[in-house]
Amino acid sequence: MRVTVWGCRGSLPSPGPEKNLFGGNTSCVQVMHNNTCIVLDGGSGIQRLGATLHQDIKEVHILLTHLHLDHTMGLGFFLPLYNPSVKIHIWGPAAIEESLLRRLRRYFSPPLFPVRLNELPLHPIIHEIDNSEFMIDDIKIQSGYICHPGPTLGYRLSFGNAKFAYMPDHEIGLGAANFPNEPDWTSGYEIARDVDLLFHDAQYRPSEYVDKVGWGHSSIDDTLAFAKMCKVKKLELFHHDPGHTDIQLQSILHEVMLNKQLDFEVSMCAEGNVYDIS
Amino acid sequence: MPQQPIEIILSRQLADCMKVAVFLVDPAGNLLFYNEAAEGILGIRFSETGSVPVEEWASVFKPTDIHGNHLPPEGLPLVQTLSNRKPAQGSFYIDNRRGKRILITVTAFPIEGRPDTYLGAMALFWKTELS
Ligand SMILES: [Zn+2]
Ligand SMILES: [Zn+2]
Repeated sequence: MRVTVWGCRGSLPSPGPEKNLFGGNTSCVQVMHNNTCIVLDGGSGIQRLGATLHQDIKEVHILLTHLHLDHTMGLGFFLPLYNPSVKIHIWGPAAIEESLLRRLRRYFSPPLFPVRLNELPLHPIIHEIDNSEFMIDDIKIQSGYICHPGPTLGYRLSFGNAKFAYMPDHEIGLGAANFPNEPDWTSGYEIARDVDLLFHDAQYRPSEYVDKVGWGHSSIDDTLAFAKMCKVKKLELFHHDPGHTDIQLQSILHEVMLNKQLDFEVSMCAEGNVYDIS
Repeated sequence: MPQQPIEIILSRQLADCMKVAVFLVDPAGNLLFYNEAAEGILGIRFSETGSVPVEEWASVFKPTDIHGNHLPPEGLPLVQTLSNRKPAQGSFYIDNRRGKRILITVTAFPIEGRPDTYLGAMALFWKTELS
């Protein structure tokens, strides 16, 4: 599986010269395996992905973690949606009352967006999922609800022994009892356990999180403890706060890693990064 | 052990910070968690017992009438909720681990998660003053 990052910023696109290194586009990650194209979230990063997608690809699966704007705002600008020869599937979390299609239509309608879903040349195929397990070609997908306001899924993608987990918005501080000592009482554990690569919410410094409990995001030290508990091989800190510049992100990573002995790799995720998991 | 559903984890978190005594059970009736206030009433500690399988409940507390006669489980609010997935309420006595007989009032309700999943039940209980 080849994983490409098209956006790893949290909450709001925030481009600018002081953010060139880690990028300003919001959540969008592409996973390719042969001709299978899976796109995790439709944040602003999906626009560039759509503009450069290889013309041989005739089917795209967009897996939405949830419907917050920073994960959906790019959908209408994803060019393959306007190409009748490309079949688009949109997978996303079931809610209690309103269907996924109805919730998506709120975005694809005025005044938020001029084009309605049924005005597209080919209506996307909508799949509502919850704690689910299914295949997209050769890739096994497991989804599970995790702790974040509104119905929100984490995803685990595997092919053979290669495993990748994606949880851009996840507040471990609220979603775990007796953390980090009881994996079975920790939100997201089944999604992330033993993966080769984990992309995980790390929006706040520990000191910033104190004032933002309940907003749905994690403090970096909780994310490190979670990755350790899940025995991941590599952790990419994801969903960077829109206010954090490149210099700040580098110094935050330096601060939290000081005097820590970890048996897995940790980096700040950057737009444009590519990972091969095999 | 498999990971608990997020709804159950968050229920435990809520129970953990509430002053009222709380029981959290899975659909089979296994006692997954009880909080500090429940520890006080039952005379046991969660850190010592951990979760309690349904068949061992009887060793945790004995529901009785005022005379100490054992009550059949079907009449207990939490057992009703587990069998019909509806809220239930009632009062009865328990003989706790310390040998004390306490009158408690219980409100039990089912925990149903997204999109439509039955995950267990929560019971809140209060010590009731004898009049
Ligand atoms: Zn987000
Ligand atoms: Zn969100």
